[in-house]
Amino acid sequence: MFNVFLQVVSKELKGAFRRQSDILNPVWFFIIVVTLFPLGIGTDPTLLARIAPGIIWVAALLAALLSFERLFKDDFIDGSLEQLMLMPHPLAWLVSAKVFAHWLLTGLPILFVSPLLAVFLAMEVDTYLALFLTLLIGTPILSLLGAIGVALTVGLRKGGILLSLIMLPLSIPILIFSTMAIDAAAYGQSYLGLLALLGAMLVTSITLAPFAIAASLRVSVS
Amino acid sequence: MLRCEKLTCVREDRILFQELDFTVNSGQIVQVEGPNGVGKTSLFRLIVGLSIPYSGTVYWHDNDINHHREMFYKHLLYLGHKTGIKPELTALENLQFFQTLQPSHSNVDLWQVLAKVGLAGYEDIVTAQLSAGQQRRVALARLWLNDCPLWVLDEPFTAIDKSGVQVLESLFIQHAKKGGTVLLTTHQDLSIDKLHLSKIILKKPMDDLYV
Amino acid sequence: MWKWLHPYAKPEKSYQLAGKLLPWFAVVTVVTFVVGLVWGLLFAPADYQQGDSFRIIYIHVPAAMMAMAAYSTMAIAAFIALVWQIRLAEMNIAAIAPVGAVFTFIALITGAAWGKPMWGAWWVWDARLTSELILLFVYLGIIALYNAFSDKVLAGRAASILTLVGVINLPIIHYSVVWWNTLHQGATIMKLDKPSMDPAMLWPLMIMIVGFGAFLGTLSLMRFRNEILARESHRPWVSVLVTEKLAGEK
Repeated sequence: MFNVFLQVVSKELKGAFRRQSDILNPVWFFIIVVTLFPLGIGTDPTLLARIAPGIIWVAALLAALLSFERLFKDDFIDGSLEQLMLMPHPLAWLVSAKVFAHWLLTGLPILFVSPLLAVFLAMEVDTYLALFLTLLIGTPILSLLGAIGVALTVGLRKGGILLSLIMLPLSIPILIFSTMAIDAAAYGQSYLGLLALLGAMLVTSITLAPFAIAASLRVSVS
Repeated sequence: MLRCEKLTCVREDRILFQELDFTVNSGQIVQVEGPNGVGKTSLFRLIVGLSIPYSGTVYWHDNDINHHREMFYKHLLYLGHKTGIKPELTALENLQFFQTLQPSHSNVDLWQVLAKVGLAGYEDIVTAQLSAGQQRRVALARLWLNDCPLWVLDEPFTAIDKSGVQVLESLFIQHAKKGGTVLLTTHQDLSIDKLHLSKIILKKPMDDLYV
Repeated sequence: MWKWLHPYAKPEKSYQLAGKLLPWFAVVTVVTFVVGLVWGLLFAPADYQQGDSFRIIYIHVPAAMMAMAAYSTMAIAAFIALVWQIRLAEMNIAAIAPVGAVFTFIALITGAAWGKPMWGAWWVWDARLTSELILLFVYLGIIALYNAFSDKVLAGRAASILTLVGVINLPIIHYSVVWWNTLHQGATIMKLDKPSMDPAMLWPLMIMIVGFGAFLGTLSLMRFRNEILARESHRPWVSVLVTEKLAGEK
């Protein structure tokens, strides 16, 4: 079973590294959006430090949205999605592998780039730690929830717009909890409770989302 | 043994076929014939479990495929209109993926398999650079690769030349002799004799029936 | 035990049942609206803090509660649709969703109208209001998804999945007032101890809540019947119905 998981992940990674623009585009978008804010709002460090968590999280959300196009659409077009659904393995398991690979290709780069952006926005170290932890827990939740939206819209023609309409309400709670945690860190308060809440959301998503994704795929491929 | 009971297929309120019953036994090669748009692809997608019928059930070895998906898929190889081949991977990498995920013959040399479908020398090239016919051959190579008794093939001869068709036909006969089952649609004339080939013919209804 | 429900899985039976229930819901709606609005807007005592502007509560609170109730109904229907594969439940979702969306919109607008004299701002990003806004987006997403599929069977299934996924949102809305200290009033009715509202103000509110519930029922039943007719338009029972109607009108 685990071997199957690894096979799917390595296939995704192999394919993605040959289509590098798909990985780089969302990350560039993330960097560009965050860079534009100081230029647009003003370079006062205290102001920037105050709104930095929000900017980075919104940019991460938008970059994730951009990256979702790739998740199932290509497979739908070339027929490998159908074939994946005909494998003698639970579809929920195979789909988790795909989402995990997607997170490795989108969430992880965002995590790596975040220190640079924190410096751009004059964040303090404690605040940055909170940001990093919320991104670490939050980006997988985004990948999982977004995958449900992608699975529902993959067969539709104007799926992209509909996807953002579906996805954004689902991701707002993550955004709210994360920025609350980072604000608490900025005021020197403990944010462990909020992290635990995010962690609970992550665990719930990991357990339940794959089944929703599998069910949605079965509808879209019909 | 594949059995379909009272299969009804509805596409956007229009009935394609109603209460279809048939059984396909092991060792049979069955061709589903009919004009374009009569529902052959829809029928195959119902049999394979990619779509859910409006009513009716598909049984594999007397098990409802909706309740025993994994077992059914251990025995099934489906090749549809789309190749299922990832264009950014090489032919070898594509086949390696299927080899690990599906029941496959042990000790299969992928290079030999690719040679059998006429792709010797093209194994290491990214399939996006192959022609449509060559990409289809990579998909068809799975027929030699995997170890599933039931083959459901939707227009397998698309973009394949005459010698290729002959190779495939003899492969089908071999597979049936070993106890496997082949279900296919094609617009071409098969040179498999009547002894080995059965047909299901779908006809267009006189009037459009609606749900 | 549920055998008596089985015939209602047939669209024709449910259509007739909905038709029988519709007049009752409509009557209850009209009566409660008249009584509740007159009592609440004219006769209930003015609030000592907020004066007369608090009266918008008689529309705002029922609308908000029914928006959530509508979604809960949709979620139950979605569950039934997915587990038992009953197409009628999917039609139910399509019927209720726009009504729920409009109720949410009404709640938001009246909330803003109330907020201006109260908090000095048309819109405040507090937890309860934000969650209502999210609920509106979820409704819109479900409606858009249902309309994007041309095959209505698939549309129903997709909408059911999305409805269940969005159900996580409802507890977040309800408990958001408890978890965050915000400008919004704390829970006054859905608490476990006695409601902290004066009975003279409470009664018209309860009546309006029932009224909005009946209103939700009326609109949903109407839409439900339309949805059944649209989806079943090729069936013989619908043609019989149409010819009977035409014959009746002549």
